[in-house]
Amino acid sequence: MSMVPDITGTDPGLENPLTGAGLVAKKIQGRSPWRLAYERLRQDRAAKIAFATIVVIVLLAIFAPVFATITGHGPNQQFITIGENANGGPVPPSGTFWFGTDSNGRDLFVRILYGARISLTVGVLATAISIALGVLFGLVAGYIGGWVDSLIARLVDVMLSIPFLVLAIALAYRVGPSLWVVIFIVGVLSFTYPARIVRGQVISIKGKEYIEAARALGSGPWRIMFIDLLPNVMAQVIVYGTLLIPLAIVAEATLSYLGVGIPPPTSDWGAMISDASGYFQYGYWWYLLFPSVALLITTLAFNILGDSVRDAFDPRGGGLFV
Amino acid sequence: MIWFLVRRTIQAIVVLWVSSIVIFLLFYLGPGPNQVARTFAGRLATPARIAQIKHDLHLDQPLYLQYGHWAGNLLQGNLGYDYYKGQSVNSVIGSAAPETISLVLGAAIIWIAYGVFSGVVSAVKPRSFVDRAFTASALFFYSMASFVLGLSLIWIFAYKLSPVTTFFPFHGYVSITANPGQWFEYLILPWLTLALVSAATYTRLTRSSMLEVLGEDYIKTARSKGMSEKRLITRHALRAALTPVVTLAGLDIGTSLGGVIVIEVLFGIPGLGWTLVQAIDVQDDPIILGITVLAAVFVVVANLIVDILYAALDPRVRLY
Repeated sequence: MSMVPDITGTDPGLENPLTGAGLVAKKIQGRSPWRLAYERLRQDRAAKIAFATIVVIVLLAIFAPVFATITGHGPNQQFITIGENANGGPVPPSGTFWFGTDSNGRDLFVRILYGARISLTVGVLATAISIALGVLFGLVAGYIGGWVDSLIARLVDVMLSIPFLVLAIALAYRVGPSLWVVIFIVGVLSFTYPARIVRGQVISIKGKEYIEAARALGSGPWRIMFIDLLPNVMAQVIVYGTLLIPLAIVAEATLSYLGVGIPPPTSDWGAMISDASGYFQYGYWWYLLFPSVALLITTLAFNILGDSVRDAFDPRGGGLFV
Repeated sequence: MIWFLVRRTIQAIVVLWVSSIVIFLLFYLGPGPNQVARTFAGRLATPARIAQIKHDLHLDQPLYLQYGHWAGNLLQGNLGYDYYKGQSVNSVIGSAAPETISLVLGAAIIWIAYGVFSGVVSAVKPRSFVDRAFTASALFFYSMASFVLGLSLIWIFAYKLSPVTTFFPFHGYVSITANPGQWFEYLILPWLTLALVSAATYTRLTRSSMLEVLGEDYIKTARSKGMSEKRLITRHALRAALTPVVTLAGLDIGTSLGGVIVIEVLFGIPGLGWTLVQAIDVQDDPIILGITVLAAVFVVVANLIVDILYAALDPRVRLY
């Protein structure tokens, strides 16, 4: 046997360290960064649990009407006789109402499932808006540079000059709250984070030879930005996207908690927690507990997954949003 | 340095100017002067009051003159008149500011102290049990909406442990000049809520920054010279690692007006955030406008101070 390892793998003496099987005629494969990240993610138990949790939440949200049929309780249906106690307060969890009822005699379990639809919709759509704007502005600012970069930087400065929640509240108040207004506000106001990331990445790679080659071949700026640069910043964009979803969910719940989010009677976790905060002191613990836990589990699952995705792409590690 | 100062200050003024236009348009752009005056009058609009507002705010003039008038008042520190409460916006904000300042400064001390401490401990023993515990708890509190955490703390400390912890009041505020002891008691839970939610970022930032510094050559030199580990960390590593933490703290305190809204509402502290939400309930536009402007001024000034401090500490920053 030669001292040089046989990289074609035809040497029957070499064994696969994982399976122990002989590597017969197996070639070494090139592994892309995506493949490497995926393999690291597959090893990460926390990521797998978080991902499974998200899948369950999504399924529960999709099949919310099925559960409404099983229990026989619509999300906005009031049960004044069986859903309220003698004083008109909520009734505790039971076989009829799995999570109990709220102060209006509505089934809390069904409402939480419908609330998941709102949270996930806002989380995903607001993040999509934020990422789309962030990628566009980040690519343009980073690649074109010069006065365009300065202009976008000042625009971002202006947007960041008003605290997110203050601006969101003022906007929601002026425009009038609704689901789409909330999605739009949360999405547009958070584009500055992905924009900054994309800009930084673009500046660091735009001097590379392959970009020069593309320009020499006659590619226009838009083609270079979206065909040559974008795929190379996609990993960072995905990491930020995963971490933006829980932020958007919390932002929406906070707006609804403060009464400038999704208007009633739509079931929304933030609004449910806000309603419950006037009741839990009197022993109606389930009213506060279940929506709070639903919100916490959802944001926690997305944050853990986002953290793992980031670690998978950049194993040197970093910090939470740092 | 002087040119950096001038350039950076001009930049801050430009940002404030554009922000003021955006905020102005958000409130003054409407279908006709009567309608705008109507929204400023709020719920208790009488024809006489609407006419007066139209006159006060120069609403029958072109938009740029309205802005000039409004901005002119702003430059003199006049945020307008609150027709709903019948007093100036300045006095409403002035009476709410001490509450917010008490809340933010107290919480900031806790979150910076805890964040830096846990970050340093994590970095000194990376991948240890303590590191993992701090990291996990940072992720946990970071994921928690502040109102969920606040309600949980109220539930645990004020209800579940109530025989033991009757000393935890959770709704209201006592001024520090009236009764310092009660001021402290009333603020413990709000401080904890704000601090725990904010500390997560500091734990992670301190940890990564500290790990980076601990890998530097001068740390190895100091260690090989026989310096004690404790002195090494507190004197040499921590000082260098803290620069990004100080920056973040400055920026966070600047934007804190956004973070305190939920906590003030939850704990019944009549500060600026609470005043803002109350104003939305009664459609009191002058207050909402005034607090939004104040928040923008706060952020821009905080950013300016942080940048100047940073430039003073690290001369390379002044180049751009």
